[in-house]
Parts: sequence; C-alpha cells; structure tokens
Amino acid sequence: MNAEPQIDLSQAASDEVKKTTCYMCACRCGINVHLKNTPDGKQKIRYIEGNRDHPVNRGVLCAKGSAGIMQHYAPARLKAPMLRTGPRGSGEFKEISWDEALALATEWLGKVRDDDPRKLAFFTGRDQSQSLTGYWAQQFGTPNYAAHGGFCSVNMAAAGIMTIGGAFWEFGAPDWERTKLFILFGVAEDHDSNPLKLGISKVKENGARFVSVNPVRTGYSAVADNWIGVRPGTDGLLILSLIHELLKARKIDVDYLSRYTNAAWLVIDAPGTADHGLFARNGDGKALVFDRVTETVVTAETKGVQGAFGGSCKLDDGRKVVPSFSLLAEKYLDEKYAPETVAAQCGVSAETIRGLAAEIARVAFDEEIFIEQPWFDMHGVKHDGYRGRPVSFHAMRGISAHSNGFQTCRALHLLQVLIGAIDCPGGFRYEPPYPKPVDSHPRPHGRAEHVNAGEPLAGPHLGFPLGPEDMLIDAEGQPCRLDKAFSWDSPLSAHGLMHMAIPNAHAGDPYPVDVMFLYMANMAWNSSMNTAGVVKMLEDKDEATGEYKIPKIIYSDAYWSETVSYADLVLPDTTYLERYDCISLLDRPIAEPDCVNDAIRWPVIEPDRDVRGFQSVILDLGARLKLPGFVDGEGKALYSDYADYIVRHERRPGIGPLAGFRGPEGTKLGRGEPNPDQLERYKQNGAFNSTHIPMEAQFFKHANAAYQEFGIRMGFFDKPAPVTFQLYNETLQKFRLSAEGMRKPQAPETHREQILTAFHPLPEWYQPFEEAAVDREAYPYHAITQRPAAMYHSWGSMNAWLRQIHTKNVLYVPGKICDSVGLETGNWAWVTSAHGRIKVEIARSEAVNEDTMWTWNAIGKRAGAWALDADAPEAEKGFLLNHLINELLPPKGDGMRWSNSDPITGQAAWYDLRVNIEKAEPGAQSEPHLPRTAKSVDGVDELRYGQEWD
Amino acid sequence: MTSLPKPSSSAKLGLVIDLDICVGCHACVVNCKEWNTGGYGNALSDQDPYGADVSGAWLNRIHTFEVVPEGGEIIGEEGDARVVHFPKSCLHCEDAPCVTVCPTGASYKRAEDGIVLVDEDKCIGCGLCAWSCPYGAREMDVAAGVMKKCTLCIDRIYNDTFEEVDRVPACVRTCPAKARHFGDLGDPESDLSKLVAERGGVDLMPEQGTRPVNKYLPPRPRSTLASKAGALTAENTDGASGFFSWLDGMLERL
Repeated sequence: MNAEPQIDLSQAASDEVKKTTCYMCACRCGINVHLKNTPDGKQKIRYIEGNRDHPVNRGVLCAKGSAGIMQHYAPARLKAPMLRTGPRGSGEFKEISWDEALALATEWLGKVRDDDPRKLAFFTGRDQSQSLTGYWAQQFGTPNYAAHGGFCSVNMAAAGIMTIGGAFWEFGAPDWERTKLFILFGVAEDHDSNPLKLGISKVKENGARFVSVNPVRTGYSAVADNWIGVRPGTDGLLILSLIHELLKARKIDVDYLSRYTNAAWLVIDAPGTADHGLFARNGDGKALVFDRVTETVVTAETKGVQGAFGGSCKLDDGRKVVPSFSLLAEKYLDEKYAPETVAAQCGVSAETIRGLAAEIARVAFDEEIFIEQPWFDMHGVKHDGYRGRPVSFHAMRGISAHSNGFQTCRALHLLQVLIGAIDCPGGFRYEPPYPKPVDSHPRPHGRAEHVNAGEPLAGPHLGFPLGPEDMLIDAEGQPCRLDKAFSWDSPLSAHGLMHMAIPNAHAGDPYPVDVMFLYMANMAWNSSMNTAGVVKMLEDKDEATGEYKIPKIIYSDAYWSETVSYADLVLPDTTYLERYDCISLLDRPIAEPDCVNDAIRWPVIEPDRDVRGFQSVILDLGARLKLPGFVDGEGKALYSDYADYIVRHERRPGIGPLAGFRGPEGTKLGRGEPNPDQLERYKQNGAFNSTHIPMEAQFFKHANAAYQEFGIRMGFFDKPAPVTFQLYNETLQKFRLSAEGMRKPQAPETHREQILTAFHPLPEWYQPFEEAAVDREAYPYHAITQRPAAMYHSWGSMNAWLRQIHTKNVLYVPGKICDSVGLETGNWAWVTSAHGRIKVEIARSEAVNEDTMWTWNAIGKRAGAWALDADAPEAEKGFLLNHLINELLPPKGDGMRWSNSDPITGQAAWYDLRVNIEKAEPGAQSEPHLPRTAKSVDGVDELRYGQEWD
Repeated sequence: MTSLPKPSSSAKLGLVIDLDICVGCHACVVNCKEWNTGGYGNALSDQDPYGADVSGAWLNRIHTFEVVPEGGEIIGEEGDARVVHFPKSCLHCEDAPCVTVCPTGASYKRAEDGIVLVDEDKCIGCGLCAWSCPYGAREMDVAAGVMKKCTLCIDRIYNDTFEEVDRVPACVRTCPAKARHFGDLGDPESDLSKLVAERGGVDLMPEQGTRPVNKYLPPRPRSTLASKAGALTAENTDGASGFFSWLDGMLERL
C-alpha cells in the first residue's frame, strides 16, 4: 500500500485579478485576467476565465478566449513602428521611433488634406471603435471611410434596419428562456459565439426544438433536432415558400400586422407614372390607409384606425390605391412559391418545407404565451400583457454573403413579422439602443459639395439613403467614393465596400488615391477576394514614374499578418490586454434584450514593446493635423489619449462613449456630464455597466411608450422613435422607378437591368449572379467556408494552442461527388472556378448538401507570415478559397465588369462561388503557393508556459 | 505494479458529458490547458510551437467524427449523416489499468474521492500507463518526461481560496454549451447521478472492464418536423380571393 502524496489543494490561483473585455473574437465577453508574480519579480498572466457577472457570457469562455495567454505572448506581435526598406511584400523594414513615424504619417496625411481629402482611403477592418474612427475620418474630410461590414454581413444589418429597425446579433437576440422553436440559418460559429452556445443549450434544456438550416452539418448544426442541408444561395426561396404555406393556411397574426406594420398603407397603383408603387401620402408626407370603420382615407397614425388590408379605393385626386398587404398576399400565394415548385432548386424536399411551415405555425399559434404585465402603446392604449409567439430565428453571414442576400434577409424578417414574433416573449427581442427607424439613421455624405480641402466632411459617411436622391454620385451619375458605395452599383451600401478599396485604388477607378490607411484587416490575404490578384495590385508600379500605383500604405495591427509586409509605414498596435477600448452604445453595442450594457478594455498588463493603442495614435494624428474636434481653439490637443477621450468626449451634450457612471458623482445613466472617475468606476464594476430595462418596457419596444421614454432618458434618441415594420419597402420601389426611367435621378442604361432584377419592394428571390453567369455544367458545385469555433478569421494561427486544433484545412467533399470523380479521403484535387484554381487535400463527408464542398475559413497562411516557420502546415497544406473568388463577376459581354457583390448593399458575395473538381496527383503543397513573405522571428523550440510557478 | 486502494469513502468524483449539446467548440480543451499548464505538476509543454511539427500535451481533447447510424433513428430531415463531437479525458476508472500497471507507484487512485493522479516525482516516464489505458487519455509531457493526465482540477475543486461556485474543474466552468457537469457519481442521490439516471448515461467502452466513473449522456431522441404539427390545411384555397375573404373576417374580429 502506497501512502498518497500530500498535495497543496488550496493554492491561490493568482496574486491579482483584473476584469476586462475579451477581444479574441467580436463577441466582447467579460473576462477575469489572473496575474501571478514570477520568481524574477515580473507579473505574468496565469489564467483567463469568463466573468460570471458579465451579461454577455455569464462566466463561460470559448476556446479562443481561453487561449488569450498565447495570443498575448505570441512572437508575431509587432514590436515598434517600422518603415519599409525592401520592396513591398519582402517584409524588409527598419524600426523607427514613434516621433518619426507620426511625423511621417502627418506629413503624408496633411498634404492630402490640404490638396484633396478624397486621396485618403481610410478603412478599418475589425474595428470596434467606429464611432471614433468614423468621426476622425469625417473631421479629416475624406469621403473614403468604412469598416469591414461590406465584406461581412451588411445585408443582414441593412435589411433588418430597413424592415424592422433592427437585426440579429448586435441589434437583437432570440428570447432564449421562452422560445419553443429556434431556427438557425447559416451560422457555423460566432456572431455571437458564447451567447449562441448558451442559448442553444437553454433551448435544448427547455425541451424546445432547434432547427438548423445550413448546407453543412458542423458545430451547432450537429446538435440540431433537425438539419436542413439547403443548397447555398436558395435560403430566400425556401423562406418565401414557408411564407406561401403560412399565408395559404391563414397562419398569420392579423392583429399584430394591423398594429405594427405598414400592411394597411395604401400603395399607388398607377403604372407608367413616377408615383407607381409608392405610398399614398398626405401633404405632410404621412402615409395613408383606408379606415374600414369610417370608410375614409386617413393617416396611418390616426388613433383607433382600422386599416383595410385588401380591396382598393380611389384617392381624392382619382388615383387608384391598394393596401400594401394585398400586394404581398397576392405575390406569395402564387404557386411559384409552393414547396413542390421550389424543392429541387433549394435541395430540400417539399415535405420538409411543409413540415417546417407547419411546425412554425403550430408553435406560434398553438403554444402562444402570455405574460401579464400592463403596458401602454404609443397611442396611450393600455394592454394587459405581452402576447408571445415563441418562434425565434437567428442568421448572419450564411444567408447574407450572397448577391441575393439582402432580399433573403428581408424575407426572413418578413416571415418573423407575419407570425407576430418580433420583440415578443419567445420570439426575437431587440437589444438597445435598437430598434431605430431607418429614417433616424443619417443619410450618407461624400458628394462633391460635402468635400472641401482642409475642411471636415459635411456629415457622416455612412447611412441609409431613402431614395436615389440620397446616393453619392456626381452629376454624370459616377461614384463619389473610392469603393463606389452608394453609387448605382450598390445604392444602399450602408457599410461601404472595403473589399473594393484596393482594386479600385489600383485601377484609379473612379480616381486614384495617394494614401491608403488600413487598420486591423488582413486585406493582403483572407479578407480579400482574389488574394493573389490583390497582392499583385499592392506590388504593382506605375511604369512611367516607378512609383507604386497605390503610393503610400499605412497599416496598423498588433501582429505580423500577411498585410504588414505590404505597408510602407507600420504603426504597431497593442494586444487586447494592453489597451483601453470602449464598447459603446454609440458604436456596436453589447446590450441584451432586458438590459443596456456597455464596457471597456483597459491595460491589465503593461506593454513590453514600443507599441501604442491605435485609437490613441489617431487621436495624436488628429491633433498633429489640427483636425476640428481633436484640438482646441489654440491648436492644442484636446485629448491626451484614448482613455481621456472616452471620459471627456461628448457627441451630444451629456452623451459620451460610455453611458454608465456619468455626472460628477457617477450616479447618472445615459445622459450626464463627464465624470473624471468614470473609468475607475467601470474597472471596479468588472469593466462593464449594465442597466436593467423595466418590465413594462421590455417587449414590443418598437411601439411601447415606456420603452420609448426609457430610450429618451438613456439618450438613445431625443424624442420617441417608434418603428412601423416596413413589409413593403418604398425605398426599393423608388429605385425601380429610376430604373424604369420614371423617376429622377434616372438609373443609367447600364444598370437598369440589374436594378430591376434585384430591387423589389417586397422580398424576392433571384438566382445568385455567379451561378447565373457561369456555365452550370462547367461549374456544377458550390464551395463555401465555415468558421471554426476555435479560430477567429486569421487571428489564431500565431497562437501556439489554437493552431494545434486547426493546423491545416482540407476540403470536405460530399460522397456523391467523390464517387463521381473517383476521390477518396487523403487524395488531392484541383478545384476550379471561373476565376482560378487551387490544389488541395480532400476528405469525404456525407454531412453536407450533396452539391456543396466546404472548408474551414482562414486557416491557410502565407509562408513567413504570423511569425510561423515558413514550412508550417498552415502555409504548406492550408489553403484559402479566396483564390477562386474574384471581386468582379465574369464578363457578360456588355463591356462592363460587375462587382461580385449584392447589387443593393454591395455585400461581398463570398458564398456564390461555383466550382468543379477533379482528382490531382498527390502534392506536398497546396496551390497556389505564394512566395514567402517576411522573415521568421527567432525560433522558439519549446514552450513550457507556467513552469515558472511549478 | 501498483495496487488500487480500498476506497475510504463512497465518493466517486467525475464528469458527466452531454453529447446532446456538445457543439465541439474546444472551449473545455483550451481552458483545461491554460489552467493546468500553470497548475498541478509540470507545465503542459508544446514542442515546435510555431513550426511544422507542432504538438503538445493536453489533458482533454475533442474528437470529431461523422457517422451514418444504422436503423431507423430519425436524426435529420435531409440525410442521416451525423457529426459527433466527442470530448475525451481521463475517466477516473474504478478498475484503472493505468494504476495497476505503474512500476513505480507514481500512478495512483485516491482513496477518498477516486481521482486518478500521477505523482510526478515518482514518474519515470516509461509510458506503460498510457499503453494500458484503453481510452488514450494520458499524454506524455516531452519536456518534463512525465505522464500528464486529467486531475479533475484537484487544485480547484477543494480550493479554499475559491468561491464555492468556482470549485469545479476548469472545463466545466468554461463550457459555453453547459455540456459538462461535475460531481459525485458515488452518491445515487447527487444531482449528477440523477441526471445520469434520467438521461440514460452510459459508460465508454464498458467491455474493457475498467468501470469508468465519468459518464456520457447520449443525444436526446429527435423527431421529424411533421411529427408534432399536423399538415397545414388551407381553408378555401381559392387563390387570393379566398384569402382576402378570410382576412376581412379576421379584421372584423379585431
């Protein structure tokens, strides 16, 4: 018998715990960072865990968050400002001082500002400080600013805002506690990560049904009760077929539609006139309805009005009008949306579509829930409680990243509204400061009259045009912005088109730029379509001058990504544990349906390198450039750094980046004077502030008087901003009229067909553009990516722990395709698209739509980047699908090249890709294999992290 | 050759892992690594961490595989192939072959709670225990030359410096899907034992005779979409006109 050894069971985990906000992906979970002293007297990170009090993650933490230690100490961290010494792509730099770096940046930027501010393109990738970066760009005066939404999920955001005044993720979430049917479209991971996992777990614990609609059965889809392996790009058609079934079976919430939507709004029926299809309005612009009781036409907001949904009538001026809902019902009752009609196109059986529709109807109407809680609507009418239709949905990039994605997202919101499931118990719930009506968002600015040398831009860059008159085009109809956002190419590109910035700057179309300033976006690799082509554009020189076609590139990031090697000037950012940040209600909020939240990051560990937080750097540059808002009347810097800005900046009087602990005593919420002690109060509170929404304000926020009053008190808006759901969208009809030549500005001939294909006032499905453009027999299959749970975009391969989970990627190919071309797991294959070809390793899979192959997103790396050895598997065998995807569609013979984007919003159509596949000889490397970039950092042979505490 | 102890209590501490909800996200895997690399015993080292042959010692891994089940189980609407995420760590077996095989007594099973541990001071790194474990749950730490394995976070679960709620293994605390549970499987009245009984928890590879303490909860039964809801029947499906007469009736009732 051996005596058991004595073990110290009660050793303190650490010497100090600091609470901050994670940034290993975009979810912004609360974390406890445990710090422990080492024998040599330094403090190191011992452990990072989820913060139990935090409203986003409630204590849990994903693989990425748990690997924060390896992110923080990764050898790929940049160490000091750098100036390029070798050719672009070589990775040859010399380190320079911050003074030199900022002086040079100021010189380059100052020249542009004095000469022509349009010659700065400022795009900020995975930016969580857009309220600052956008403000900076506006004060600088360039129209060329956006973050990465255009190649991420702008379709979801824009379609949501334009339909229900909110969308998924940062705008709202399923009512996890109460929902009885949760339907997830096209989400593999993230957006958002831990809340979705917590939610799915809750759904299952409650015995509710979880349905996943996704071509690939990974992650969440693997635990779904029902998996529907839809063919990519046909989700919209599937949803419209569900709507067909629900209308046919009369399973819609008429009372809800009557109260909260524009179903009764009268639409002018006057084909061939400039008003056809627009809403009938009175002299004040108020929409009109036909009141069934008084049988008169009155404004929609008349108290007690009972608008007709069907029939037609005549206005005093003799024009015929019909309620928008009658157009809707007639459209979707058509047999072209019947399950039998769409089944083959969607790759889903008619029986499954009918089953899903029946289950939605059953849960919405037979399992209705009612919460007794008196509340008042915007007419002052009292209601006894909240009626819930406990069917909830979530979707993000899977349905967004198609050229028909905007309309698909609209269709999904329409479906939710028809069954009365928006902001009700058990349904989708808004997260403050949403909902907001579309007209409360700004119009975009960037036309010639908005831009003046040495002056700020006349207003915000991004916003929502309400019609063609709000576009950013010149008198000839040409784009005003470098990325051609808000032009006829994509009139409602609310997030800009970052993926077009480099190709357009390279082509000088619509004009060349002098300085490209990028933050935290891997545009020379996985964030660009046509990666090898983009790399060439960055390397390309003007033959006459010998100068690069994009003359100056400033890049800021914390890590040596593929893009760093293409910068002329590198401004090294800190890691997320070394910086101040502000998760602001003015920006991309982290509120939950029943509480308003914001948060900070703060330096829980001091940098050991010559690096600075990017936000502090642009404040410094703003002061050096003497931008209004960044200097006082005497030209002195207004803010010492980002922390100072977070506390003292006021966007409107009393409204600043953080809503909590305002006022001199730190007692005010939402509105209040700056509080010098605010950041300390946040730190003491776990780095966040959370304000509960009163129960009488928690549901039907779009029409709830108590919520509207709460929103004013919190500073979301200054007067009530209720939302009427726009099932029929007038803005889209205005563009149709322009394309028909009926309305000014008229769409140019070149764009009319595209606008008429895509712009419909009621959600419509059309074939994705690439599929329509290529020979379906030559490219019979789809290829898409899924996001791995343990890796965030390219950020992860420099992480010694995470890269052990995904060291390389393979292409998963459906069994049917494997059998037809003779492929087996471990074989290599050539995958070709209309644009290019790649050679990759494959694995057979049956858990996927039979026409779709897939791989993990952004595992492949360029040799030499991320401080990995050049022969790392990520570079040798890992690969990107990006090489197969062009930023332009194949030529269609009209002399134009069209962007591979949604024609409404400009959303990059990543998932429209069509391919073919054939067996290849085994290889040692995936192809294309771009030449090595950057020099490896001194090798680390072994890590024994934590051994110092043994 | 090391003997198994006579238990000094009925306690059998272990994990219950819910395969109905594990989404394979690797949160438990990485959180385990970060807790334990700075915790009990030697660090969990990583070799060639930024190079071609990267590998390291981990106490918990997730294996993902695809199965097409036989028989009539209804698991999906469109195709039956199923992806299984299977987390695997030491199961703290009652008849732990890794203990009895150990030539130095380094590998042992605690009498008071059944946790299987390695006394790293005695471990000679011979690897017999890893060879004898039918689950492949032990991993050699190449840097220290000792065998590493799940300790059930013994430096957390009894830790007086922790709040009560945090005295659970790191993997359990961090699991975003709440698919991992910790407790006493020796007490039939514990929440954990009840959960196992209710959900039909199973042993992994019972034929090996190791009597693992950890249990796995199988996926809950699933049903087709049409099984609860009868087919939608349309009243008066005479195109749009029938719809509008119904709609008028509904509006009248508001």
